[in-house]
Amino acid sequence: MATDFYDIDSALSEEERAVRDTIRAFVDEEVLPIIGDCYIEGRFPKELVPKMAELGMFGANLPEEYGCAGLNNVSYGLIMQELERGDSGVRSFASVQGALVMYPIFAFGSEEQKRHYLPKMASGEIIGCFGLTEPDYGSNPSGMITRAREQKDGSWVLNGAKMWITNGSTAQVAIVWAKTGDEKSDKSIRGFVVPTDAPGFSAKDQKGKLSLRASDTSELVLQDVKVPATALLPKSGGIKSPLMCLTQARYGIAWGAMGAAMACYEEALAYAGNRVMFGRPIGGFQLQQQRLADMLTELVKGQLLALHVGRLKDAGTFLPQQVSLAKRNNVSVATDIAREARRLLGANGILAEYASMRHMANLESVYTYEGTHDIHTLILGQAVTGLSAFEN
Amino acid sequence: MDVRFKVGADAISLDETGLKFDINDFDAWAVEAALQLREKNAGSEVTAISLGPDVVQETIRKALSMGADRGVQLKADKVPFDGLAIATALAAELKTGGYDLILFGKMSPDSSNGVVGPMTAELLALPCVTAISSLAIEGGKGTAKRELEGAQEIVEFQLPAVLTVDEGLNTARYPSLKGIMAAKKKPLDVKPAQLPTPQVTVRKLELPPERKAGRIIGEGATAVPELIRLLQSEAKVL
Repeated sequence: MATDFYDIDSALSEEERAVRDTIRAFVDEEVLPIIGDCYIEGRFPKELVPKMAELGMFGANLPEEYGCAGLNNVSYGLIMQELERGDSGVRSFASVQGALVMYPIFAFGSEEQKRHYLPKMASGEIIGCFGLTEPDYGSNPSGMITRAREQKDGSWVLNGAKMWITNGSTAQVAIVWAKTGDEKSDKSIRGFVVPTDAPGFSAKDQKGKLSLRASDTSELVLQDVKVPATALLPKSGGIKSPLMCLTQARYGIAWGAMGAAMACYEEALAYAGNRVMFGRPIGGFQLQQQRLADMLTELVKGQLLALHVGRLKDAGTFLPQQVSLAKRNNVSVATDIAREARRLLGANGILAEYASMRHMANLESVYTYEGTHDIHTLILGQAVTGLSAFEN
Repeated sequence: MDVRFKVGADAISLDETGLKFDINDFDAWAVEAALQLREKNAGSEVTAISLGPDVVQETIRKALSMGADRGVQLKADKVPFDGLAIATALAAELKTGGYDLILFGKMSPDSSNGVVGPMTAELLALPCVTAISSLAIEGGKGTAKRELEGAQEIVEFQLPAVLTVDEGLNTARYPSLKGIMAAKKKPLDVKPAQLPTPQVTVRKLELPPERKAGRIIGEGATAVPELIRLLQSEAKVL
């Protein structure tokens, strides 16, 4: 591939390359032929889910004993890269299912919850969504208003609203984060596995998106939703729990963004070689060569960053702020690469027939979700100075 | 990086620097056919065999990832061009039997000879059907279809048999992620290939001459008269 300028393949194991090649073939054959139309229609290609499950993409870095593939984190990252080479919406689906729903069940769930949910989620039989963000609490999730009140019989009643929820209308279960005690403190935040057909639970598709159009984004409303005691994720406790999930998802995004960037760079490179203007391919002009050189440079740097943070994660030594740096950088450069690719494509670049503008528009969401670019800036600022710019 | 084919310094082989090897489509369809038969016949087993240097282990493991039960590498420093030499080494490995079917791709796209399958059958004195595009096995007998130019041929054969696989038989599955993990635990035996001295060798390998660059005369309807003039006077095809 033209995008492996630094022969990063040679830094991957045979198994990691095999995983990447399987997902690459899946994306080439199943995603790319339909995704432009899905985007225009504003529809998530649900028909891909059984195939994604069969290949083992959901929660692929969780253990085999729960029906998952048991891959290392670099392989998991490569899956995200290849999926987002197709579309950020398709990658988002897998990220949410794996990192934001299966992971918290794995990390904070009881053994019964793990045995019940994880194999069915790996097989795509159960789709999940993750309800943390609220209409008025995005970057500051600790301020959430959603409440869970424990009843005398040990059951719980949940009230609140969640917004920008990927898979919200598709999901059979939602991981809902709610305060169980003191409203002022984020220490009482706990996670619940809530069936989306529970009375009082409703999900509404968020209309009018100009980004992530091939993805289900919904608003969740919980009105006196009663769940049994067994719905509580027993090991969840405090805002730290959902933030641990976000670290998992952000790790995948650092890889995924490079997938989108690869697609845009490849498209731009091919176009520069074929498009003739003033009697020669536009790739021969210095201005386009500078575009391509800049795109390639940031692409290679981002790929190396993703790979190294993956090796740290596999070694068990990675820090959340290292993931913040990778997410912040890689999404930002991918957004720039997508925009430059769109520009290199001239007027053709605004068509859905080409991928760059779709990726460009998608990446604006990716730039904003899972910790905005700005919040990751402040996380890094806090990590290096020891002083928090956003906590009182 | 994209790699263009280069002839090696010896002028008889490709320069393999930077080349990535993969199972070819015909072989992948043969593996898929074997896996589908195993799924229908409980207790049966699929073994993937490849002859060549250690790089073929990755290809064998791909077959194991798709679902084959075990792999055998017949180790050789190089894959000879002589199909009979390859067939002899394969027949030596297969002479003890224990199989109902030996499936090959109809040819390797590297050499496009298409002889290893039939020659192996000959050496093992087994019936052989080449370039099949459909297959059914029942009661110790098989039926296969071969696509001929403008016609089809349905042939019947006794087991055990050697088949070579053409396009259209099936679509090869992707190795699943669990399959890739499982492949690491499956046995892969490495044995020296019993290769005889090749009787056919490549003397020279050349790339086709480079094509001259095209010429753009103009764009749109206004360019047509000039195009016709050049096709008449210069290319002399009109």
